[in-house]
Amino acid sequence: MGAASSGPRRRLCFPGRYYEYIFGHSRRRTRGRRPLAARGEPELFQLQVVIEAGDPGCDRHPHLTSSEAYHLTVTEPVAVLKASEVWGALRGLETFSQLVHEDDYGSFLINESEINDFPRFAHRGVLLDTSRHYLPLKSILTNLDAMAFNKFNVLHWHIVDDQSFPYQSIYFPELSDKGAYSSNLIYTPTDVHLVIEYARLRGIRVIPEFDTPGHTQSWGKGQKDLLTPCYNGGQPTGSFGPVNPVWNTTYDFMAKFFKEISSVFPDEFIHLGGDEVDFSCWKSNPEVKEFMKKQGFGTNYAKLESYYVQNILDIVSSYNKGQMVWQEVFDHKAQLKPDTVVQVWMANNYAHELSSVTGSGFTAVLSAPWYLDYISYGQDWKKYYSVEPLNFPGSEKQKKLLIGGEACLWGEFVDATNLTPRLWPRASAVGERLWSSSNVTNLQDAYKRLTNHRCRMLSEE
Amino acid sequence: MAAARALRLCVLRLLLLSLLPGPTGAVWPQPQAQSSPPGGGRCPVPARRFRFAAAGGSAVGPGCAVLDAAFQRYWPLLFGRPTENEPSWETPCTELLVYVSTPGCNGFPSLDSKESYKLSVSKGSMLLSAETVWGALRGLETFSQLVGRDENGTYYINETEIVDFPRFPHRGLLLDSSRHYLPLRAILETLDVMAYNKFNVFHWHIVDDPSFPYESSTFPELSKQGAFNAMSHVYTASDVRAVIEYARLRGIRVIAEFDTPGHTLSWGPGAPGLLTPCYMGKVPSGVYGPINPIFNSTYQFVTRLFQEVSTVFPDFFLHLGGDEVDFTCWQSNPEIRAFMMERGFGEDYKKLESFYIQRLLDIVSSLGKGSIVWQEVFDNDVKLRPDTIIHVWKENKMQYLKEMANVTRSGYQALLSAPWYLNRISYGQDWIEAYKVEPLNFEGSPEQKALVIGGEACMWGEYVDVTNLTPRLWPRGGAVAERLWSSETVRDVEDAYARLVEFRCTLLGRGVQAQPLYVGYCDHEFGGV
Repeated sequence: MGAASSGPRRRLCFPGRYYEYIFGHSRRRTRGRRPLAARGEPELFQLQVVIEAGDPGCDRHPHLTSSEAYHLTVTEPVAVLKASEVWGALRGLETFSQLVHEDDYGSFLINESEINDFPRFAHRGVLLDTSRHYLPLKSILTNLDAMAFNKFNVLHWHIVDDQSFPYQSIYFPELSDKGAYSSNLIYTPTDVHLVIEYARLRGIRVIPEFDTPGHTQSWGKGQKDLLTPCYNGGQPTGSFGPVNPVWNTTYDFMAKFFKEISSVFPDEFIHLGGDEVDFSCWKSNPEVKEFMKKQGFGTNYAKLESYYVQNILDIVSSYNKGQMVWQEVFDHKAQLKPDTVVQVWMANNYAHELSSVTGSGFTAVLSAPWYLDYISYGQDWKKYYSVEPLNFPGSEKQKKLLIGGEACLWGEFVDATNLTPRLWPRASAVGERLWSSSNVTNLQDAYKRLTNHRCRMLSEE
Repeated sequence: MAAARALRLCVLRLLLLSLLPGPTGAVWPQPQAQSSPPGGGRCPVPARRFRFAAAGGSAVGPGCAVLDAAFQRYWPLLFGRPTENEPSWETPCTELLVYVSTPGCNGFPSLDSKESYKLSVSKGSMLLSAETVWGALRGLETFSQLVGRDENGTYYINETEIVDFPRFPHRGLLLDSSRHYLPLRAILETLDVMAYNKFNVFHWHIVDDPSFPYESSTFPELSKQGAFNAMSHVYTASDVRAVIEYARLRGIRVIAEFDTPGHTLSWGPGAPGLLTPCYMGKVPSGVYGPINPIFNSTYQFVTRLFQEVSTVFPDFFLHLGGDEVDFTCWQSNPEIRAFMMERGFGEDYKKLESFYIQRLLDIVSSLGKGSIVWQEVFDNDVKLRPDTIIHVWKENKMQYLKEMANVTRSGYQALLSAPWYLNRISYGQDWIEAYKVEPLNFEGSPEQKALVIGGEACMWGEYVDVTNLTPRLWPRGGAVAERLWSSETVRDVEDAYARLVEFRCTLLGRGVQAQPLYVGYCDHEFGGV
């Protein structure tokens, strides 16, 4: 490959995996080098990587405002890849690796080219769900590789939910002891660090989601007196509902828990969930009903939900973390922080929702049309590709608040046996929609390039 | 989060079931009759001492490749991770005696093969008896699903009596190796999993429009010109032999389909003059259509090809296709129009199609083979021999049941595939729809219904290759397997769910990348992933 230069003596801060990607799967590897003098064509000896910023960001984590732009010039004898920050260099390396191709005789070729590239949207994510099914580390890491091939830069790790709690907490080990599917189906602190670092080396942020107050059945196994006991005719039924918003102990727990999460996950943002809260259990519980009266919420349980969410937002804010939430939190009129990111997921009239969210001055991330777990027969990648995220009524200023989107692969019917073929290359359609220019919309052309890209990913996995 | 409300309510019970421990030792597909003694005991099975043995008086013993290979194959399936634990306080079951009453080991399974078996497990003694080796194979698979493992790592089997036989004799799976080439290992692995599910027919839809991977010794140009890649994406004669023998050792018939006259674009490059040149007005357009039915050369070609195919594939039946013939190209061709007039067919191109198919059926019959055809051949009033099997595939709001009635009323045997197109994926637990199908749910006499010989799950290849074949096929294919093997009365979806979840975990343990049915996990999940 070549020297990386970036200001005062910096070591190469990305590993040589791209060498393997470009040359590793050569059909003619055993043949050795052919004398190129016979061909008389100019040779490319080196790819020089130049990182221009004084502080390239090598040892830090990528963030929402990182620069991912790069400039690639391919001419003999030395190609030059320039980027402001190391994250741009990673994107450029991926592009470079895709430009190199093999001819029928085993020679590696690249066309002279000049590329000026940068992403259209800054937040380009993939959601993985490790609660409905545990995903072994290998699966997650392979997926991070695939994301990097597609210039995705956010892993939204929906790590726990109703069905299982695989996250091994340092302060509350019982959560996974009792809540994981089984003792070996957990993510230890080492596992978590590995994912975060593996992602970082690919310029991918890891945003964990600890979804509350709904979607928390598994939390109740290891944490007594956290979930709301449901009642029937004045008697507890033995089953539980969402997190109990009326007890102080709930907030004591959450404060301690999110303190840990804030230190374990380096990204500036934590996703707090807040979706699909079923009010029926709250409605049945006498203490909750009493609390509603005291607070003057009447029978509007959305107010109780917002009361809870606001407290959590405050807690997480105090740890200097930004928050992402699902759209219900906004829809139910909780008081959000100005930089709270709202994730729009409900498919029905999502353009209208984008208008509302951005119209109220909040940043938005779009997922509604990109639920990749909703499989169907045929070339559904086309409908993902055809989405135009900014197709909603709003001012220029508003549209700037849509910072990107996420392809979601919910795990009800997905585990390591089918994750990769279900996610890829369908997610690649979303990847291009979020990176490339808005006028790159031709389906026939996309089909040709995507089939090629798919074959390339096949050889790299 | 993602599931729509309706879906969530309907699977809520299944969610609860998914979190309960499954029924250990439940067999998939469910046997016809299975009972355990009251207070049922269990018998430890000491892995290191266990062996299969031919029972005294068995017509088939050591030296029978089918059984020898099966015994070798089932040992690691039974005892994946043997430990040293060997309890001494109970009489162990150290041996499964296998008794086969009819000799015959070197032949091929057929539509008439008897697959019944009895399995008797009591304290210290286990006996599997079957009429034929094929029945013994079915019994061995059942036996392998009955052996469990306790917390101490000891293998055991519950005392049980099983009497089992298939409801339908033709229980097939279709793979398409033309839309995407399937490497040999993918086909062989599929045959393994078919055996676990007691499927007994591999319907090999080997060539079609996109590619011709079958290496023909008579017409080598067919694959040279028609395969995606003539070196790497072909099935050599030895590949084909390997598939046939691998299948035979699992009691699986291989029925090859060379679909004509439509679905033959890939035949064109290697057989100039075979396909119909389409016309734009008076000029050939450069595009080709179905096989040209008016030339003698066509029938000479077809005779020679099927002569070869008849020798290569030992099963009595060949599948001749005959589906989705597009008439537009024929209609555009002046020579064909002239022929139509000559023969007095008028504008009815179905008559031309019938003209071709009838001659093909005669050719195949003269080669000593039976024919299976897609339903259009019947629908278009082709004159068929009475023993032709009609394959019902068109699905339109349960119309297929009417078709089954029509086909059987006309006296033909029928195969059902219409509701079992596993390539048509959709969100959620679609295995349930496949499971609920009742092949005999049409108006007809018992004699008519007896003409339904079974069905086939189809995995067409437009969107399927080795990267996604296995998870897409299994465990959904299992729903079809049980519907075709088990009694008509076995229909409870909740019970099936619990057993299929467990069976899926068994498949995972055997290294098969079968996808999940719903949320949950398997013990020992990550051996191979």
